Amino acid sequence: MIRTYAIWVAVIATLTVPLVAAASSPLLAWRDPIYIVAGFAGVLSMGFLLLQPVLAGRYLPGLSPLTSRLCHRWVGVTLILGILVHVGGLWFTSPPDVVDALLFVSPTPFSGWGVVAMWAAFAAAIMGLCRQRLALRFKVWRLGHTGLATVTIVGSVVHAMLIEGTMEIMTKTALCTLVLLASARTLAKLRVWDIRRRA
Amino acid sequence: MTGSSFTRRSLIAAGGAVLATGLLLPARAAGLAPTPSMRGGSNNYRPGAPIVDRIGEGGFWMTGTVRRAGDGAPLPGQRIQIWAHTTEGHERDPQSHGATLTDANGEFRLEMPQIVPAFGQPHGHLAYDSGDFETVFLRPIMASSKDKTLAAHFVLQPV
Repeated sequence: MIRTYAIWVAVIATLTVPLVAAASSPLLAWRDPIYIVAGFAGVLSMGFLLLQPVLAGRYLPGLSPLTSRLCHRWVGVTLILGILVHVGGLWFTSPPDVVDALLFVSPTPFSGWGVVAMWAAFAAAIMGLCRQRLALRFKVWRLGHTGLATVTIVGSVVHAMLIEGTMEIMTKTALCTLVLLASARTLAKLRVWDIRRRA
Repeated sequence: MTGSSFTRRSLIAAGGAVLATGLLLPARAAGLAPTPSMRGGSNNYRPGAPIVDRIGEGGFWMTGTVRRAGDGAPLPGQRIQIWAHTTEGHERDPQSHGATLTDANGEFRLEMPQIVPAFGQPHGHLAYDSGDFETVFLRPIMASSKDKTLAAHFVLQPV
C-alpha cells in the first residue's frame, strides 16, 4: 500500500515540479498571458508524454488494464489539445515565427523537431482512435502506433532541450530523461518490434 | 525522373557551385560579398520605424557596421531599423521598434531595452530597407541571454 502511494506521489510530483519551476521563470514577467499559456501547454504536454508510456506499459498500481488503456486514450486526447494550445498560442504571439516553423524554414533548429513531433503525435492519435476501422493486425497496428509515438517522444525531447525558455534546466533535463527511459522500458516490455504471428 | 527537380546532375552542379564560391571568392581581394538576409530576419518587421535617440528606457546596446559590397567602403548616414523582444515589449509592439543612422565610419549604435529570450533564443532583428541598396534583414543571436550588447554587420549591394 505504501508502495502504491509512493509511486503515485512520485508520478504527480514528476508532472508538477517542472510546472512549478517554470512558474518561477523570470522570463514570464516579459510575456503576455497568451504566450505564457502557450509555453505552459508545452511543459504540460511533456508531462503527458511521460504518462503515455507508463500507462501503455501498465506500470501504475491500482489501475486495471482496462482503466490504464482508457487513461492512455484520454491523456492522448488531452496531449493533442495541449499541442494545439501550444502552437495556437505561439501563433497568436508571433504568426511569422510559427509559419516559418510549420514550413520548416525557421532559423531555430528546435522548431523542425517540434513540428515533426506534432505531426507524429497527430498521426499516432488518429491511429489510436481509428484502431477498429483500420482493421490492421494488432501487432502491426501497435508497431505503427508506437513507431509514431517514438518519433513524437524523440522529437519533443530534442525540441525542449534546444530551447532557452521558461523551463528550468534541471527539471527539464530530468523530465526529458524520464520520458525517454519510460518509453524505452515500455517498448522493451511489449516487444513491439516482434510482429510475428503466434504459431 | 520527370517531376523531380532534384537530380544527380543538379546535385553535382549545386555542390560544385558551392565549392567554387567557397574556394575561389577569397582569391578576389576586392570582392567583399554582400550580406545575405537571415532566415526569419524579417519576422514582425514594421516598415518605417522612427529614428530615435534610444528605444524605451535603454540599458542594452545594439551595435554594428554598414559597408558597401565589393570595395568594403564604410557607408555613412544609412538608416538601420532595429527591433526585438525586450523587457519592455514583444517584437510586434510598436514601442519595440526604432531606427538609427550610421556615422562617418559606417558604424551604428542604438541603446534599447534588454533583449530577453523569446521563441527559444535571445535574438534581435535588424533591417536595411531604404532603397539605395538591396534590402537586408538580419537576426543575430546573443551568445548568452545575460549579454548587454549585440552586434550585427551589413555589407550592402548597390541596387
